[in-house]
Formats: sequence, structure tokens, C-alpha cells
Amino acid sequence: MPVGESLNTLSAGLILICSFAMVGTRQVQGVLRFFIVQSLLLAASSFLLGFDEHSIHLWALGIITIVAKVIVIPWILKRTLARELYVRREIEQTVNIPASLLLSLLLAVGAELLVGPLSSAMGNLVVQVNLPIGLACVLIGAYSLAARREAVPQLIGILAMENGAFLAGIAIAAELPLIAELAVAIDVVLIVVIVGLLTRDIKRTIGTTEAAGLSELKEEPESWR
Amino acid sequence: MTRTILYNLIQILFVLVFAPLYSGVLSRFKEIVQSKRGPSIFQPYRDLWKLFHKDEVISSETTWIFRITPYLVFITPIFVTVLIPVLTDYPLAFAFMGDMLAGGFFLGLGGFFAALAAVDTGNPYGPMGASRTRMVGFLAEPVFMIVFFTVSFVAQSTIPFIVQQKWIENAGAFFSPAHVLLLAAFLMLILAEGGRIPVDNPAGHFELAMIDESKGLEFSGRGAALMKWGGQMKFLVLACIFLNVLLAPWGLAQGLEIMQILSAVPLILIKILLFAILLVSIETSLAKLRLFRISEFLGAAFIISVTAMIVSIFVGS
Repeated sequence: MPVGESLNTLSAGLILICSFAMVGTRQVQGVLRFFIVQSLLLAASSFLLGFDEHSIHLWALGIITIVAKVIVIPWILKRTLARELYVRREIEQTVNIPASLLLSLLLAVGAELLVGPLSSAMGNLVVQVNLPIGLACVLIGAYSLAARREAVPQLIGILAMENGAFLAGIAIAAELPLIAELAVAIDVVLIVVIVGLLTRDIKRTIGTTEAAGLSELKEEPESWR
Repeated sequence: MTRTILYNLIQILFVLVFAPLYSGVLSRFKEIVQSKRGPSIFQPYRDLWKLFHKDEVISSETTWIFRITPYLVFITPIFVTVLIPVLTDYPLAFAFMGDMLAGGFFLGLGGFFAALAAVDTGNPYGPMGASRTRMVGFLAEPVFMIVFFTVSFVAQSTIPFIVQQKWIENAGAFFSPAHVLLLAAFLMLILAEGGRIPVDNPAGHFELAMIDESKGLEFSGRGAALMKWGGQMKFLVLACIFLNVLLAPWGLAQGLEIMQILSAVPLILIKILLFAILLVSIETSLAKLRLFRISEFLGAAFIISVTAMIVSIFVGS
């Protein structure tokens, strides 16, 4: 196996591990940190592919990823929800963490079973690696949306799903128009702005960002814990 | 044939002689990092010397298990030494007697008898430590299995001498995800099996918090010395497997000349020294985990090893 491809495979594997780590981390700040690492790896993976295929699009994509997901999104989250990010330590989960990890492992294996025949028909090593792992990241992100009970990790779950789709995307369609990718990047940043501001307002009026606590309607804010 | 048997003996001698030095260097480094002076790196030799010259006290309540355990704990790492590359790049006389699984079995046998002996004494701390060691052991077991499966899948063999050649074929194989992720998982296993810090504190003297140490509390004199020496050899053997089979199979003797074997010794020692620095930096930057968090630590190792397997199956290499 050539070095470039094996480095790409390695970064894909590390991206998958970052997804697992986001499911397995208790602290909000830890989840954010793993998301940043995952985005960096994603950028590295797209730089590698761009180098291999001499594609300027992929280089631009990597730079957009770094700007949007490594710099802008954590900055916005820190601006809008600073206390929420740094004060909260333990996250309530519906499924405990070892069981969550096993479920996400099953999702990863399932993703391979699902797209394995498709990607091996493509015959390209990069597709064979990126497509199943991208799908696995999407599924694990969706799972963490369902299992988490906190607003901020749920938001990061959405972003992790986007990362997975991105990983699969750069392998299948290397020559995607840049404008589409730019639109997606701006979209993601806008999602973060809106969810961040909303969460801050919810926190201000109700006093918690725990999604599980938002199950009934009451008129008096004092009755919320 | 006789020559390779001689080299095997040299390997065993290497492990016997340098195992106490390795643990001495580790504890000295750790103390230096914590800005203390620490004991001399030769202190473990003096401890062994002292213990061998003391009388042995054996409780009349114990059975034969307690008497043979020190010998088993001492002898099992030596059996593993015969199976793995410690100094040489090529298979020696007994290399094909067993694969990595057999090595795991031998180390497990020593651990099993150590746990039995701890229960045998009736000392309240012994069984507690034994049950905790078993807990760590059975959590580490699946990781060991997946690591072996992945290694055998990638290298088409589980004989350590054949596996080590696989990673240095070319740079692509060295940076392949199977290799890098296996390294991470195996390092976590070494920390768990060797009773190092995120799992257990080897320098702790508080019986209630002990995992590994409390099994040896009842041994005295020669028994204690053999247990201690055996534990140090086990840790050195694990480090040799990690360094010579998985991480960096460089610096090993390649020829059949005896001078080449002897000149491999300092190279291996330098590698082990670097590994000790890595271990010390891990140990001083992490806190000991709570007992019920150990399952999460080894769960992470399991996830990493399974990811290694999944990715290497994707690639099909």
C-alpha cells in the first residue's frame, strides 16, 4: 500500500475513533475538543487527497474546513455559551457510556455491511475506506443526537454527522463545485449561531439546557429546577 | 541449532539481568520528573539481594498453591522470552513452539496462580486484590483477542518473528491504520496488565486501593523476591513484545555471529530507555482512575482495536 493512501486510511480510522470518543466523553468541553480534532483530521484527509489527485478544489475544501470548523465554530460556541461549555462536567445520558460505545461499534460494522458491496464495486481504495467510515460517522452522530440529553453535545452531534458526510463526499465527488462546499460551510456556521443563541435564551429563561427537562409546559419559571 | 539455543539462553539472561534495572530506571525517572531525587536505579537489585537472604515465613493455613506460586510467577516470563524476539531478528530454536497466543497464555498462567495464592492465604486484602486483578484481566482479554486477530489478519501469522517483519516492509505498512491503532491499543493493555498508573498505582502503599500489589503481601523472603523479580520480568517482556514486535523492530541482531547479538544489547537497552521515558510521561500526566472507570479505559482500548480490525478489513490488506 503506498504511503499516501495508507496515511489517508489512517486519518479515516482516527476520524472514526474521534466519533467514538465523542460518544464516550462525559464533559461538554471534551466533546468539543474531539470535534475540533476530528475536523482537523478531516482537513488533513482532504489535503492528502488533493495532493494525490492534484485537485485544487480539495485543497480549498480543507482550508474552508479548518476556518469554519476549527476556528469559527468553537469561537462562536465560546462567545454564545461560555459558561455552558466550561461549567458543565457530567452529561446525563439515556444509555450509559459502555453500552453507547458498543452500540456505536455495531453502527460502524453495520455501515460497512451496508455500503461494503457498493464501495468495493468502485474498486478505488480511497472510496473503500472513506465511504463506510463516513457513513459510520453519520450514523454515530445520529445516535449521539438521540442518546444525549444536553443541547450543546446534541449540536456537536449534528456537526459530527456533517463531518461524516463530508468524509464520504470528498472520496466520491472530488470535483464538487466549490460554491456548494462554501454554501455548506456557511450553513453549518449559521446552524451553530442559531442553536447557540437559542440555547442561551433557553438557559436564561428556564435555567437549564437539559433536553430531558423540557418535556412539559408550565407557566411559572420558578417551578423548573 | 546449538547456536540458536545458546542465543536463546542469552536472551533469557538478558531478561533476567535487566528486568530489575528497567523497573529501577522507571521509578527513578518518575521521581526526577516529580522533582524528587529518588532511589538509585540499582535499588531493585539490592531489594532482591536482601529478600533472598531473609528467612521465609509461610502460614500453616496455606496449601501447596502458595508454595509453588512464586516459582510459577518467576518461570512463566522466561517461557515467553523463548518465544519472542528480544535480541534477534530471526527465529531462534524454540520460536515455532508457540505463537503470541501462547505467550499470552503463559503470562495468564502466572497471573492465575498469583490470584489463587492470594486467596489461599486468608489475608483479607489478598482476595480483594485478586478479584480486582481478575476484573482488569477479563476486561483486557477481549482487547488481547482482537489485537491478535488483527495482527494475524494483517501479517497472516501470529508467530512474533514473522509479524515483526510485516511492519517494516515499506513506509506504507508502517503508517497503515492497523499498525498505528494496534500500537495505541497494545500500549493501553501494557498499562493495564503491568499495573501502571491510569489503572493501578505501582508505588502505592495503601492496601485498600491496591490492585496488583496486594497479591504479594503475604510472601516473604525468597518467595517475595521471586514474585518481585517475576513481575519485573513480565513487564520487561511486555515492553519487548511492544517494541520489537509491534512498534520498532530495528536494532535487532540480523546475523548469526555472537558479536552481533552482543552489540544488539545496548541498542535494545536504548529503545527500552526511550520507552521508559514515554511511560513516565504518561504516568505523571494522568491521574489514577477510579475502580469502576477502569472498564471505560479498557473499553476505549477495545474500541480502538476493533476500529483497527474494521479499517484493515475495509482496506483488505
